[in-house]
Amino acid sequence: MKFTLSWLKEHLDTTASLGEIRDTLTMLGLEVEGITNPGETLKGFIVGYVVEAVQHPNADRLRVCKVDTGGGVVQVVCGAPNARTGMKGVFAPSGSTIPGTGLLLKASKIRGEESNGMLCSSRELELGDDHSGIIDLPAEAKTGAPAAEALGLDDPVIEIKVTPNRPDCLGVHGIARDLAAAGLGTLKPLKADKVSGTYQSPIKWAHGYEPRPDSPCPIVVGRHFRGIKNGASPDWLQRRLKAIGLRPISALVDITNLVTFDLNRPLHVFDAKKLAGDLVMRQARDGEQMLALDGKTYTLDPSIAAIADAKGVHGLGGIMGGEDTGVREDTTEVFLEVAYFDPIRTAASGRKLGIFSDARYRFERGIDPQSCWWGAEVAARLILELCGGETSEVMSSGVMPNWQRSYTLRTDRVKTLTAIDVPSDKTTSILAKLGFTVEGGGPWTAAVPPWRPDIVGEADLVEEVTRVFGFDNIPTTSLPRLSATSKPVRSPLQRRVPLARRALGARGMNEAVTWSFLARAKAERFGTKQQADLRLLNSIDSTLDTMRPSILPNLIDAAQRNEARGLSDPALFEVGPEYKNATPTGQRTVAAGLRHNMAVPRNWAGPARTVDAFDAKADALAVLAAIGTPMDNLSTQPGAPDWYHPGHSGLIKLGDRVMAQFGELHPEISAGADLKGPVVAFEVFLDAPPLPKAKATKARPKLALSAFQPLERDFAFIVDAEVEAEKLVRAARNADKALVTAARVFDVYTGKGVPAGKKSIALTVTLQPVERTLTDAEIEAASNKIVAQVAKATGATLRG
Amino acid sequence: MDDLSTIRSEALGAVSQAADLAALDAARVAALGKKGSVTGLMKTLGSLAPDQRREFGAEVNQLKGEIEAALEARKSDLSASALAAKLGNEKVDVSLPTRPEFATWTEGTLHPIGQVMDELAAIFGEMGFTWADGPDIEDDWHNFTALNIPPDHPARQMQDTFYLPSRPDGTPMVLRTHTSPVQARTMLDKGVQKMLADGGSLRIIVPGRTFRIDNDATHTPMFHQVEGLVIDRTTHMGHLKGCLVDFCRAFFEIDDLPLRFRPSYFPFTEPSAEVDIGCSWKGGELKIGAGDSWLEILGSGMVHPNVIANCGLDPAVYQGFAFGMGIDRIAMLKYGIPDLRSFFDSDLRWLRHYGFSALEWPSLTGGLGR
Repeated sequence: MKFTLSWLKEHLDTTASLGEIRDTLTMLGLEVEGITNPGETLKGFIVGYVVEAVQHPNADRLRVCKVDTGGGVVQVVCGAPNARTGMKGVFAPSGSTIPGTGLLLKASKIRGEESNGMLCSSRELELGDDHSGIIDLPAEAKTGAPAAEALGLDDPVIEIKVTPNRPDCLGVHGIARDLAAAGLGTLKPLKADKVSGTYQSPIKWAHGYEPRPDSPCPIVVGRHFRGIKNGASPDWLQRRLKAIGLRPISALVDITNLVTFDLNRPLHVFDAKKLAGDLVMRQARDGEQMLALDGKTYTLDPSIAAIADAKGVHGLGGIMGGEDTGVREDTTEVFLEVAYFDPIRTAASGRKLGIFSDARYRFERGIDPQSCWWGAEVAARLILELCGGETSEVMSSGVMPNWQRSYTLRTDRVKTLTAIDVPSDKTTSILAKLGFTVEGGGPWTAAVPPWRPDIVGEADLVEEVTRVFGFDNIPTTSLPRLSATSKPVRSPLQRRVPLARRALGARGMNEAVTWSFLARAKAERFGTKQQADLRLLNSIDSTLDTMRPSILPNLIDAAQRNEARGLSDPALFEVGPEYKNATPTGQRTVAAGLRHNMAVPRNWAGPARTVDAFDAKADALAVLAAIGTPMDNLSTQPGAPDWYHPGHSGLIKLGDRVMAQFGELHPEISAGADLKGPVVAFEVFLDAPPLPKAKATKARPKLALSAFQPLERDFAFIVDAEVEAEKLVRAARNADKALVTAARVFDVYTGKGVPAGKKSIALTVTLQPVERTLTDAEIEAASNKIVAQVAKATGATLRG
Repeated sequence: MDDLSTIRSEALGAVSQAADLAALDAARVAALGKKGSVTGLMKTLGSLAPDQRREFGAEVNQLKGEIEAALEARKSDLSASALAAKLGNEKVDVSLPTRPEFATWTEGTLHPIGQVMDELAAIFGEMGFTWADGPDIEDDWHNFTALNIPPDHPARQMQDTFYLPSRPDGTPMVLRTHTSPVQARTMLDKGVQKMLADGGSLRIIVPGRTFRIDNDATHTPMFHQVEGLVIDRTTHMGHLKGCLVDFCRAFFEIDDLPLRFRPSYFPFTEPSAEVDIGCSWKGGELKIGAGDSWLEILGSGMVHPNVIANCGLDPAVYQGFAFGMGIDRIAMLKYGIPDLRSFFDSDLRWLRHYGFSALEWPSLTGGLGR
């Protein structure tokens, strides 16, 4: 919402400075977004009096002018056809820069004649499109005075952001009211004296439905004008509209725009001679069409409020008028429409039709219903003043919407909600100045003024008193502590997120954050073929139209982007949501990562190595360990989902529950991704590992230290090739739980000396004596138990 | 006894001049060996008279001791320099890079969004807040209706909100447009309601993903927000101011950071305030904390009575405040990250430049920002 300082002062009697006004507006909730002074660019430009203009001796189309600048006479060569002796124009002295062209003026000779400065056109000053000649200032402009003043441009333009709850501040009068309430002057009364009609309107309003307070158009007021003369509006009006970015069109149109921005009272005028009989407020009929003032034809339906005569629709209620009945330069009779349209229906119709207009903007936020009456008077005064003629009596159709309501403000409510002590009389006066009718001295009963549809309860009254009294008066009070020392901010489950992130970061991976959505084709490869409820109905584009079932496709894309930039060997991870379905439990937090190409690059100290499934397994295990998974009980088995290489992937399970999956990506996916080298990935389900039981004590179990040295024994087994090494390790560990403390694979071999279909697995087993050093016989017995247990569990035999 | 003094000076001279352990051994043999000069003197003792023998014997023994001590001292010197010479030949080029392990050659980093979330946790944790979560896919009741955003509100339109297929019962489903629905989910929780009834104070922060249909230079369809909510019987707008002043000063690590609370409008708060922090734009560069300009960083307000009632609490009994701010935005401001879109591009150069070490787990007592 834009307005000028002088415009504001028509409604506000104030001595406040521009700075005070700016700060007060912002602290009232009418945030000032900018103040521009159009006179600023014309600094140094002055009113010049052309003492003499004669033909240039050497150029047909140039004139040589003597210009009185108030401080002396200078010679200027001018090409404008309208340059003439005795005129006053805008003179730019040498040294100034022309805003429209960026030209820096220097004293020069043009075809042999000296030229010091320039007389400017509208376009050169960026004041309009006119470049047919130089600006012709009125004779009363003072020679030597600043041009900005003579052009009426010394009026700062203030732009404020009006929040959607304050339609009353979409008119300058409402803004002035807020400022007056804040003590920045006195609100001048609305100039809405009754303008008497001299005849009965030949056109009548009617409703096409039984008007009720909640109808699409509960009430409409109108009056007829005749014998008027349309044409250009006066300077002051044109200047005002131009200052806020509107284009002056004709007196009648400019009046409707002025009243819209001045009083938040949108109006419409019909060319009365083009109307066929009376006007009716009704629902549009299905398929009915109207050519609107924006030059487009709209097809309507019954949800849209139509203003129609016997021939058809001439207005879209609260949104835009029709082209066929619009006023022209030669219009002599008009019919004025001053209506109230329901905000919600206006918004819906506007959206449906795709029309953005100043009227819609205001009606959908809610205008003052009472303005139907006073708006007809304000408009009549302006039309008669600027266009002459006479006006009919006011006539109307319908009933007032229900706007009258009041709320109680409890005596201590401002204090208990905002901690400000506002004196009782101050509370009363703030509300009164905002237009509330206040009764009582605390508690108060406040009747809401008709221009404040946003006030719907006591909390709104508190806000009014508080914002006008000043948010700066709210005492800054730190929250009282709930406990002497701080408590954990995250639950043990939530804590797994930072733990996982930090574990992976410490393993040299780079954390990424990628979209929660992706292309459906990618989602389907990662397992959501059937999940129609995860598809966005209104996606930005088809590459982001489905909620991600896995983080991996996004990481693959990210790796690709990096490789395309020549950044090799990325190790990316993300800890974030994966979506199985649209229910709250269908969302899981997953730590996923991707490595490709080199695990160890070429280097001076040893061989290079590419990544393989075991790198991904190590990452997954590091996350599981960091988030407190009981690591000893994990088992790794084949069975990862089909986006992994079926032979080079696995599931990490605790009992039957999958904690993580990892492996080489399925070659079909990695080939499509066009990434260098092998691609491995992992996904750890952060909610999968069981939470430790809440214990009364944090004390660890007692540490039992043996006084005797542990000893190691190696075993080489021959076993079927498909038997998992982990089974041998587990069997060895379980062979004698008191004695065996660790078992580890140190070699796997197939080839010469090992039968086909078999492999050799070598374990080293640690025995920890507890009570005394083991005898050879005891070691022998333990070894036999281990061999027997492994054989029983896996069919392995000791390698001879 | 010229012999004695000559032998002493010869023997000690040979020891002190021995250049290495071999020469030293030769000096030892020359003096104390079977045919050595001192041994030779010892051998002459037998031919002397008892008196003379005692006297001369003592002198020879002393000489022997002297030479042995000199030998020992010289040997220790020579061993040390021999070791030094040996070690000197064992040089490696320490300027070579370390062996390439994942953790060193790939330069692991954490994303600024997660890091800032941890900073939020550290600061609000200190003020008694706990972390609350909610689903990204929400029903429209939690995302809009509960928060006093009526069905006809412009925010519900398709041009702002991502919609998913409605539930079989017709409930419209959306990607949450803010983290505020977790306000409703938390207040509706029976345990929370009991805690409040028992006189407790609810304080939560809700950091998380949020979604809006917006995709241009300064907007992304997914972004991050943190919601804050305090509900009890006495929390007032002064506390809102205090809490946010305390937070902003701790987060930006500027003890006298100026803040401005401006009236504004949000459907779910009344009164509502937007919060600006002081800054300057001198030379076109943003500097937080000093200067004459203001930068809007968050929205806040006292929770609207309708929201409290919608969440099953009595607005005549309970009150409190809520706020919401963009995590990406405050990360950009604090760490001078110029472009929002780059947060989600996963460019390794960006991740390494703006990322954080895994060991920098922020806390107020241990240190917040790098």
